[in-house]
Amino acid sequence: MADNLLLDIRGLVIEATSYPPGEPPKDVTLVHGVDVQLEKGKVLGLIGESGAGKSTIGLSAMSYGRGGVRLTGGEILLNGRDIRPAAAWQLRRLRGREVTYVSQSAAASFNPSKRLMEQVIETCLSHGVMTRPEAESRAVGLFRKLGLPNPETFGNRYPHQVSGGQLQRAMTAMALCPKPDLVIFDEPTTALDVTTQIDVLAAIKEAIRDTGVAALYITHDLAVVAQVADEIMVLRHGRKVEHGTTDQIINHPREDYTKALVSVRSLEHAEKPEAAPILRIENVTARYRGTTFDVLKNISLGLPPGQTLAVVGESGSGKSTLARAITGLLPPTKGRISFDGRPLSAAFRGRTRQDLREIQMIYQMADTAMNPRQTVRTMIGRPLEFYFGMKGRERDLRVQELLDQIEMGKGFADRYPAELSGGQKQRVCIARALAAQPKLIICDEVTSALDPLVADGILKLLLNLQAETQMAYLFITHDLATVRAIADKIAVMYKGEVVRYGQKSDVLAPPFDDYTDLLLSSVPEMQLGWLENVLEHRRMASAGN
Amino acid sequence: MHPILKLLVQRIALGLLLLFAVSAVIFLGVEALPGDTAQAILGQSATPQALENLRNQMGLDQPALTRYFNWLGGVLTGDLGKALTNGVDIAQAIGQRLGNTLFLAGCAALISVPLALILGAVAARYAGRWPDKLISGVTLTTISLPEFVAAYFVIFLLTIVIPVFQPVAMVFPGMSFWAKLQAVALPVIVLVLVVLAHMMRMTRAAILNVMQSAYIETAELKGLSPMTIIWKHAFPNAVAPIISVVAINLAYLVVGVVVVEVVFSYNALGQYLVDHVTKRDLPVVQAVGLIFAAVYIGLNIIADVTAIIANPRLRHPK
Repeated sequence: MADNLLLDIRGLVIEATSYPPGEPPKDVTLVHGVDVQLEKGKVLGLIGESGAGKSTIGLSAMSYGRGGVRLTGGEILLNGRDIRPAAAWQLRRLRGREVTYVSQSAAASFNPSKRLMEQVIETCLSHGVMTRPEAESRAVGLFRKLGLPNPETFGNRYPHQVSGGQLQRAMTAMALCPKPDLVIFDEPTTALDVTTQIDVLAAIKEAIRDTGVAALYITHDLAVVAQVADEIMVLRHGRKVEHGTTDQIINHPREDYTKALVSVRSLEHAEKPEAAPILRIENVTARYRGTTFDVLKNISLGLPPGQTLAVVGESGSGKSTLARAITGLLPPTKGRISFDGRPLSAAFRGRTRQDLREIQMIYQMADTAMNPRQTVRTMIGRPLEFYFGMKGRERDLRVQELLDQIEMGKGFADRYPAELSGGQKQRVCIARALAAQPKLIICDEVTSALDPLVADGILKLLLNLQAETQMAYLFITHDLATVRAIADKIAVMYKGEVVRYGQKSDVLAPPFDDYTDLLLSSVPEMQLGWLENVLEHRRMASAGN
Repeated sequence: MHPILKLLVQRIALGLLLLFAVSAVIFLGVEALPGDTAQAILGQSATPQALENLRNQMGLDQPALTRYFNWLGGVLTGDLGKALTNGVDIAQAIGQRLGNTLFLAGCAALISVPLALILGAVAARYAGRWPDKLISGVTLTTISLPEFVAAYFVIFLLTIVIPVFQPVAMVFPGMSFWAKLQAVALPVIVLVLVVLAHMMRMTRAAILNVMQSAYIETAELKGLSPMTIIWKHAFPNAVAPIISVVAINLAYLVVGVVVVEVVFSYNALGQYLVDHVTKRDLPVVQAVGLIFAAVYIGLNIIADVTAIIANPRLRHPK
C-alpha cells in the first residue's frame, strides 16, 4: 500500500489575505487541515461548490498557490517527499514533469501566439524528457488517441483555429505528453456544451486508462465525476465532508450535504396547459450587420402568460440572438413579433415606454450586468424612478418590498455588488427586473454560472414569483435538467433553427429527431457506467445504419 | 489577396494621403506668417517697387494655390528649391545632413531599443522588488533631466573626470566609420538616456498586463523559469503597445534632438532647421518640415503594420 501511494497530503492548511472594502485586510483560512491520499494509477474526484477549496487543494499537489494563496500548514508528500517547503527551482523540476494540469478554460490557457505543437511538447523539451522528434511523435499519438481531427497536422495550428472542445483535448494531450505521474483535471468539461462534453469526457477517461496515469478530477458536477473517478471526496468550506468509493458516494451517501448534492435537481414542475400566447413570434429571420448568413431562420414561437418557454441548444445555436431580436436590440430582417396583442416595433428605439417596461431581461453574468459603483438600492430604485416616477421614501419602501420578495430581507439595500455572493447578485438582478412590473422576463442562462444548490434556490424563487405575478418567462439555457425543472413549453434550437417545439411532455417524449436525441442522451446521469452505456448505444445505432 | 497584403496597401495609401494633407498644412502655416520671402530677403527698408519686382521674379504674385502645387510638383521631382540665404540647392544641403541625422538616430536606436526591452523585462520579472525600483528610478531620473543638462553632465563625466571622449561631435565626409562612431559616442549616450525610460516603462507595463493571463499560469505550472515565461510566453503577446511607443521614440530621435546637436556641434537636420528658421529662410523650413512629417508618418505606419502582423489571428485566419 505505502509503495503504491503517489500523493499523500496530510493536514493541509491553506490561507489567503482578503481585502474587504472599507476594512483592513485580514487573513482567511481557505482549507482547514484536509487529508488526501491517491494511489498510482487511480482517479480521485474532488467535488464541491465554488469556494469549497477543491481547485486550491488540487493545485497544492504542485505546491502552487493561485493569486495570493499560501500553503501554510501540513505535508504534501509527492512520491514520498514533502514538496510544501521545496524551493522554487525544485518545484520547477516537478511541475510539468511529475505533475501536470488541465484547466477549465483551455481557450484561455493556450498562448494565442504560438502553435499548438510547440506548447504541447514544451515540457518534454524543457525538462529533457525526450528529444523533439520523440516528443512530436508522442504528441501526434496522443492527438490520435484523443480523437482530434488530422492528428499529423493538428499541431501546426494556432489556438484560435480550433474549437473549444478540441482545445480541451489538446490540453489533455499537453498534460499527458511528458509522461507525468499525476494529472490534475480542473473542471475540464464544465465550459463545454453537453454534446461536446460527452466526447471529451470519454477521450479523457480512455487516455487516463491507457497511460495508467493517476488523476485528481475536480468538478462541481457529481454526474460527471461519477463517470471517471474510482473514489470521490466531497468538500465544503475547505473541509472534507465525506470520502468513499464512487459507488458509495452516489448510491449510499452518508452525510446530509452529500445527499443534497446527489438529489439536487429534484425540483419538479407540473406543466400548464396550452393557452393563447402573450408573446407571439412569427417567421422571424435575423442576421448581424455586415455578415451574409442568417443567425435566426424563420423562427415561430408562442408563449402564454404565466408560463415558461425554455429555449435550449448548444452555444452558437442562436438562443441569445433570439433574445436580442425580441428585445429589439437586433431588429429582425423578416417576420413579426407581437406582445399582449399589439405588434412590437422591430428596433427598441421605436417602442413605447410601456413596451420596454413589460419585457425585462436577466443575464448569465450578474457581475457584469451590475454597475460595481452603485448600491443595491440605486440599482433596484432606477427602474422605479424611470418607469413609475417614484422618489425618496416611497421608492425606498418599494426597494425593500422587492428585496423581501427575492428573499433577501433587510441590510442589503446599501451594499455594493462586491459585497454580495454570486447567488445574491443574481437575486438583485431579478429584483431589478421585477421592479419594472414586467409581463415577460427573458432569462439568459441565469443559473449557468452558479453552483447547483444556489441555482436551485434561484429556480425555486423564479417559480414562486411566477405563481404570484403571472409573469411569463422565456428561459434560455443549455442545461436540460433546468428545463425539466421549470418549463411548460420547450423549443430546441440548432444552427439558428427551431428543430423541435411544443409542450414539455411532447418534446421530451419519443420519438425524437436526431438532434434532440443526441442532446438528451448527452446529459450526464448520476449513475455508474452511464458514459459507457451511452457510447455503446451510439456505436450500435451507427452500426445499425 | 492575402488580408495582410491588403492591409499594407491600405495603410501606405492612407499614409500618403496624410502626408499630402500635412504638406498643405505646412504650406498654409508658412503662408500665414506675416511678410513673405521677398520681404525677408530685402528686409524692412525695401521700397515697394523693389519688393514687387522680386515677387514677380520669384512667382510670389501668383495665387497661393498655384504656388502650392508648383512647390508640391517640385518636391515630387526632388527639387526642393534653393535656400534664400545662400542660394544653395536645398535637396543637396539636406542630403548630407539627413545622413548625419539618421546615423546618430540609428546608433542611439540600436542601443536604446534592445536595452529598453531587456530592462523592461527585468523590471517586470522583479515587479515591486528592488531591481524594478532601481531600473525605474534611474530611467525616470534621466528622462526628467533636461537634455542639455544631461548632455553637459555626460561631457563633464566622460571628457574631464574620465577623459575617454571628445566633447564635440564633428563629422565630415570622408571620415572612417570607426572615427564617426567615436565622434557620436557622447550624443548617443545622451539620447539613449533620454528615450530609454519611455520604452522601458511601456515594455514593463505591457508584459505585466499579459502576465495576468491564464496562459501565463499554464507556463508557470509547466515549471518554466520566470525569464523563459516572460520571453517566450508574455513578450510575443505584449509587442503591439511596445512597438508603437518604440516608433514614437525613434521618430523623436530623428526630429527632436536639436538641443543635443547644438550642444555637441553636430551638423545635422535639427540645427539646419533652427538656423534657417531664425533667418526666415522659408523654403528650407518647408522642406525640412515635410521630411520630418514623412519620418513620423512612415515610422507610425511601420509600427501599425508590425503590431498587426504580430497578431496570429490576422497572420493565420481560420
